[in-house]
Amino acid sequence: METAALQLKNLTKTFGSVVANDNVSLDIYRGEILSLLGENGSGKTTLMNMLSGIYYPDGGQIFVNGKEVRIGSPKDAFDLGIGMIHQHFKLVDVLTAAENMVLGIKEKGRLNIKAVGEKIRKINEQYGFNVDPDKKIYDMSVSEKQTVEIVKMLYRGADVLILDEPTAVLTPQETRKLFAVLKNMRDNGKTVVIITHKLHEVMELSDRVAVLRKGVHVGDFKTSETNPQELTNLMVGHSVTLNISREKYENPVKRLDIRNLSCVNEDGVKVLDDINFDVYAGEVLGIAGISGCGQKELLEGIAGLQKVSGSIKFYPPDGSTEQELVGKSPLEIIKCGIALSFVPEDRLGMGLIGNMDLADNMLLRSYQKGKSVFADRKSSANLAAKVVDELEVVTPGIDTPVRQLSGGNVQKILVGREIASEPAVLMSAYAVRGLDINTSYTIYNLMNEQKMRGAAVIYVGEDLDVLVELCDRILVLCGGKVSGIVDGRGATKEEVGLLMTSLGQKKEANEE
Amino acid sequence: MSAEGIKKEPLVRIAKRPELTKKKAALVKFSSIIMALFIGGLLILVLGHNPFAVYADMVKGSLIGKISLTATAKIAVPLLGAALAIAPAFKMKFWNCGAEGQITVGAIAATYFALYQYQNLPRPVLIVVMFVSAAIIGGFWGLIPAFFKAKWGTNETLFTLMLNYIAIGCVKYLRLGPWMEQGQMFPKIAMFKPEARLPDVFGVHIGWIMVLVLVFVIYIYMTKTKHGYEIAVVGESISTARYSGMNVKKIIMRTMFLSGAIAGTVGCMIVSGSNYTLSDGVANGYGFTAIVVAWLAKLNPFVMVFISVFLAVLKKGANTIQTDFGIPASASDVLTGLILLSMLASEFFINYRLVFRSKNKEVAK
Amino acid sequence: MSTFLSFAFAAVLAATPLLFGALGEILTEKSGNLNLGVEGMMFMGGVAGLAGTYYYEKAVGEPNAIVSIVIGLVCAFLCAAFGALIYSVLTITFRANQNVTGLALTTFGTGFGNFFGEVMGNAAGGYVSVGAVTKAAFNDGIPYLEDLPVVGKLLFSYNFLVYLAAACTVILAYFLFKTKAGLNLRAVGENPATADAAGINVTLYKYLATCIGGGICGLGGLYIVMNSANGTGGVWVYNSISGYGWLAVAIVIFCTWSPGKAVLCSLIVGALTVIRYYYPLSFIPAAIYEIFPYIATVVVLIAIIFRKKKNNLPPSSLGLAYFREER
Repeated sequence: METAALQLKNLTKTFGSVVANDNVSLDIYRGEILSLLGENGSGKTTLMNMLSGIYYPDGGQIFVNGKEVRIGSPKDAFDLGIGMIHQHFKLVDVLTAAENMVLGIKEKGRLNIKAVGEKIRKINEQYGFNVDPDKKIYDMSVSEKQTVEIVKMLYRGADVLILDEPTAVLTPQETRKLFAVLKNMRDNGKTVVIITHKLHEVMELSDRVAVLRKGVHVGDFKTSETNPQELTNLMVGHSVTLNISREKYENPVKRLDIRNLSCVNEDGVKVLDDINFDVYAGEVLGIAGISGCGQKELLEGIAGLQKVSGSIKFYPPDGSTEQELVGKSPLEIIKCGIALSFVPEDRLGMGLIGNMDLADNMLLRSYQKGKSVFADRKSSANLAAKVVDELEVVTPGIDTPVRQLSGGNVQKILVGREIASEPAVLMSAYAVRGLDINTSYTIYNLMNEQKMRGAAVIYVGEDLDVLVELCDRILVLCGGKVSGIVDGRGATKEEVGLLMTSLGQKKEANEE
Repeated sequence: MSAEGIKKEPLVRIAKRPELTKKKAALVKFSSIIMALFIGGLLILVLGHNPFAVYADMVKGSLIGKISLTATAKIAVPLLGAALAIAPAFKMKFWNCGAEGQITVGAIAATYFALYQYQNLPRPVLIVVMFVSAAIIGGFWGLIPAFFKAKWGTNETLFTLMLNYIAIGCVKYLRLGPWMEQGQMFPKIAMFKPEARLPDVFGVHIGWIMVLVLVFVIYIYMTKTKHGYEIAVVGESISTARYSGMNVKKIIMRTMFLSGAIAGTVGCMIVSGSNYTLSDGVANGYGFTAIVVAWLAKLNPFVMVFISVFLAVLKKGANTIQTDFGIPASASDVLTGLILLSMLASEFFINYRLVFRSKNKEVAK
Repeated sequence: MSTFLSFAFAAVLAATPLLFGALGEILTEKSGNLNLGVEGMMFMGGVAGLAGTYYYEKAVGEPNAIVSIVIGLVCAFLCAAFGALIYSVLTITFRANQNVTGLALTTFGTGFGNFFGEVMGNAAGGYVSVGAVTKAAFNDGIPYLEDLPVVGKLLFSYNFLVYLAAACTVILAYFLFKTKAGLNLRAVGENPATADAAGINVTLYKYLATCIGGGICGLGGLYIVMNSANGTGGVWVYNSISGYGWLAVAIVIFCTWSPGKAVLCSLIVGALTVIRYYYPLSFIPAAIYEIFPYIATVVVLIAIIFRKKKNNLPPSSLGLAYFREER
């Protein structure tokens, strides 16, 4: 029997009370492409980070070519021929591709960028890459940067290449190119591990697949001997029905009317391109899309935090005349009496202040009320107590800094505050990301409560299962455009998934 | 790293520690001050003096007897005032290193009225006008860097520092030019007439009452008012501030105006309360030392009272040991620096703990 | 013409300490550390250099110029590097706020310099002053060459520290842009997580760059103390270094972290500090002349807002601490 190129034995890693990896054992062989499959938060990335020296395992052993090793730093990993390409590229923007390649390499002799360029060209030829050694990273597209990362690993003589969700940021064409290159590398005797949660990629690319669920290794197969159904079942556990309730609100009325909404970000990229849709009171409108397709800008645009062009009409619940939101600052929106709540993606960076206590965080959205020069801390303390009580927030007290709470409790505080103002529009971005299952259901229920109260709820999510069960309608964004709006009750995951990628092809066709 | 090294776990790891109780944290900080005084003591020992005798002399020279006490108070008052001035700015994470300059321009404004308008105004009005003008000019001096920071994000640390030197240059210009007192050996600005001097209460100009009142005002402003809340939020996170509907630029400018204005009144206190004239070094480093005071006190106004008195004792005490032992008065700067550095180090031990290799397994939770 | 020559000569002399400070701070900031303690380190370097040469002279009686120079340089460098080491321990290992730590170092260093300057002065019975040999060693130009007409004065009549500063500039530029270690250092300052992932010892680079940078700043302090043109000339003058450190920090910003441009910027600021002696304008009072460098700095601080080229931006991680396992 062939010795495994990499052997993991009983690896365990915990973060606080969360067990990210629990006794994971896995063999990885030379000259194969292994897919590491699992849902978001199943511990795939953590496991690989222990191989690449980012995290140090709390327990267990790692063997490289049969010899036990300790990987204490990324450098140790390099020395063992393990290279990992993270989702956030580890490249220095102001340096050129060639300069990035030689970072940290301990070789004798002077820095000879020309020789580096030559070596890069050789790798280009061997595997079919197209990297310009003298191009600065900040001038590169995402796919170019990824290629630089891969070439960098090869340049440094990596035998094992780990890629963390490499296709998340790529167009289908770029994905195909990447897969071809990876297969090339396998044929050259390299070991490739790709972390993914996309089944079709697993089936298309890999020789073998290992499945993680909630930090536990639940099985591995030769790809040829398994099928998507089996893998899905393993990946998500037995029952995939979430049983999220979805009542029907009678007589919905239009609350927001969004027309020709566009947004150009600081780098001059058009992140929202002529968006049109309506939002009704008494519905949960889901927004789906690959990350970075304009979700953030859309919500921030409505909230007055992002400069946008076009029109956002707000129809007040009391039936008075509609109001234009575009061009209004958050303060002006508040002053117009528009009850607009927003649960942002970055909870502690935008929605809350980690160093302030619960009560003071409640004050964020209401401190301006009243004419007094003094802030009304009494009602915020009452509100904090109420939220703690009603949402069962686990906290030593309302005078505890929010950063000391666990992720789920932080989110409860944020959502609790946002719904306390009885919003006419409630927007949320990735409201259940990183939360345990119970808290997630609490959040779904709160969304539903708000909907039945007559709020227009906008729910940006990444888990398609949740979207199709929770939402009344689902709007799909793709590359800053609306690629479709489907009825949540009839929609399937596949249908939404298809819409998420469909426009991307058109977009690339335009660029080329 | 050798192959052996790879096999081992890191010798020491740094791990975040659960919040220390306030008492324990205070104890750590207190011991860091002791540590600094200990190092200072070693220094004194090296110079061939008995550290205990020297420290005792510092205390005696600054706290025992009315003359010593009033002299110490005269140092503590502007120091506390300046620390109160920069507190709101620091809370906002706006590194106002320009209190020195703001004090100076405030002093210039006050001096103008003291020298040229004293005959035209009754004494109480004159003094009020001096304070108000000092506050306004100081406020504007603080507003300049705030405006550029709010609008374009210029580096406020350097901006405020440069404004210090410019303000001091202005005094020099006035001293050598338009405001030079005629018929003197050295070019200097005339002494204030008694009408323009602050009255004394218990031997120290009434500025001390003003700063003590200010302690309460700033405390309430920072912890109870909407403005104070806005400042705190902007200091923690600009994007949260925008999210909650705050006008961040306005808050930055308003707060820096306030900060500069308070520093300006401190300038007025110095010229009309203790110096009775305007000189190049009117701010005398108070603006810089105030940064230390504000930081050590964690921006708590009440703690600032103690720290500014403590540093004033060091400063006055250093003058005493200069006469008694021949130890240069700059010793107070060295000690202040040592204390600040060791306090900064102590923060680390409050927030983190070291995990050693052998204990690794048991400690990991 | 001769006024201009003298002016240019004086400008170079005034620019040199600023250049040392700026070079040291460029090296420091390239590692991502914003050390505002330049002034403090200059004070420390200045007083230590003075002490080293002074006690050497006292010990041997008949000092050798070369030995005196070496002792001065080594003492100044080491003492300022020690100040930077304190800063490094606090900000890199102890993760303290860089702004406040820098200011603390300034307070400490200023006090340190003045304190020991005066202690030495008291011991010497009044004030401390180096002997003629050392004074000459630190102030004389290049023998023979300096007597050449025009170019002699302009190019060869400076003290050796001026040429050392020039050499430092070239070495620093070469190091940063032409060597592997320099490349690694830039990566550390731009993106420490990436550098770490690439196997670069981030902590070591930060420590070394900050301490060596601090040492170079210290040479600027030594220059000010030793230079006769400042009126100090080997004598400790209370607060003599005050203000130079901050100007050096400002120069780093407007030379866009480039050693070559730092020379130019230092020369401009240096020229502004001495211009009043050579081109006095009757309608501008001397005191106003004195604040020119500071006004220029403010103007440049504002002007650089409008410079948006990616190459000219500060190191991206400047002012931020780095820890690997942060979650």
